[in-house]
Amino acid sequence: MSDKHTITVTVNGHVYTDDCEARMTLADFLRRQCGLTGTHLGCEHGVCGACTVFLDDVAVRSCLTFAVQADGARISTVEGLAEGDELNTLQKSFQEHHGLQCGFCTPGMLICATELLRDNPNPTETEVREGISGVLCRCTGYDGIVKSVMAAADSQRDGVSESGSIS
Amino acid sequence: MKPPPFEYRSAHDSAEAVNLLTEYGDDAKILAGGQSLVPLMNFRMARPSVLIDINQTHDMTHIRADDGHLVVGAMTRQRVLERDQTAGSAVPLLPAALAHSGHTTNRNRGTFGGSLAHADPAAELPTVLVALGGELTVQGPSGKRTVPAEDFFLAPLVTSLEYNEILLSARLPRLPQGTGVRVEELARRHGDFAIVSVMAAVHLDSNGRADLVRIAAGGVDSTPIRLHEAEAQLSGTALDDAGIDAAAVAAADSVHPTDDVHGSASYRLEMVRVLVARAIRSAITHQKEGHR
Repeated sequence: MSDKHTITVTVNGHVYTDDCEARMTLADFLRRQCGLTGTHLGCEHGVCGACTVFLDDVAVRSCLTFAVQADGARISTVEGLAEGDELNTLQKSFQEHHGLQCGFCTPGMLICATELLRDNPNPTETEVREGISGVLCRCTGYDGIVKSVMAAADSQRDGVSESGSIS
Repeated sequence: MKPPPFEYRSAHDSAEAVNLLTEYGDDAKILAGGQSLVPLMNFRMARPSVLIDINQTHDMTHIRADDGHLVVGAMTRQRVLERDQTAGSAVPLLPAALAHSGHTTNRNRGTFGGSLAHADPAAELPTVLVALGGELTVQGPSGKRTVPAEDFFLAPLVTSLEYNEILLSARLPRLPQGTGVRVEELARRHGDFAIVSVMAAVHLDSNGRADLVRIAAGGVDSTPIRLHEAEAQLSGTALDDAGIDAAAVAAADSVHPTDDVHGSASYRLEMVRVLVARAIRSAITHQKEGHR
């Protein structure tokens, strides 16, 4: 039994239309059909968090969502974070504060941290740790990741106050 | 770690979902947030031949409060419920419990009704429903019926839903203004399923006597368990230390945990005793400090 569907999704501003079996996860669709291999698959059962992406602006585990369910949706992956060729504030902060070692969990960490800072621009360290708690770093490099997110929050605040554009 | 093949159907409202369930019978499963079902499918522990997706429905996504009750639609995302002020002020035990339920990304997608229908005996939302005496509204081909929470959960992952019934919503009694609530949960890591959880709601009247005591435990029996005997011992009393300790012993006497890799039955019994006492004391403090 093969239940085929044709879906259209907008990923990082680009429109993709392709066929998929009903059982294809969104993660596999992004990696295989869209060629966007920045989204990593670790456990494939919703524990490791490496596959986290934005589905209509909400961070979800793409290994627990079927591609067919995302038909018509707007998706952002780690590839969509940079501003042109420039890393964004959070990505630069990960680079500067040793926020990645092997890099496997990094896409999930970046997406979760992006959502956290969007919803809570002034997080405490505890809130940052809770915000990334759904992503496992097997290098156990959590201190660097937490520092990176805290520093990115600082940079974003400074940026806002310098440009005076908060209101 | 890929799910077996299945046929995908999307329902546009609850009635269509019921029709599809009736058409496909036992081979079909409802797909809500997928945070429990999809891992089971990826492990090949569940092999439904048809999935009926209810993410496109709009008649099961609501949070409504009246004078007496809070009604939450089954397709309400857990994260939405956690942050909803109407729900938090009517039933403050809900956001307190949801904070322990997986991680933000699970709650972003996971639904209120999905957790209830999945019926894991260690999950937080079923324990809240049992603690507060909630009622579940289900719809089948011949109409709706209402089931008290204690009759809905039958065994691990087993509910009183018939094969062609769908959970529409659940109704919780509004807690009196100022009710103190507390969730005490023992888990290996934050966000894991509870080894033991205890949920308590306590309200003291103007004379310092408890006019509302609700306690339930999760992870210690085949379903969440309302701790009726402990509630009865504490109701109408001033909740003094000796009374709380005695009620905690009664609580441990009324559950039947089993051994598993996370903890022995005797350890769980001891933890029920400890966590019931701790939850009641913290709930009293919560009321006195006026956190709402």
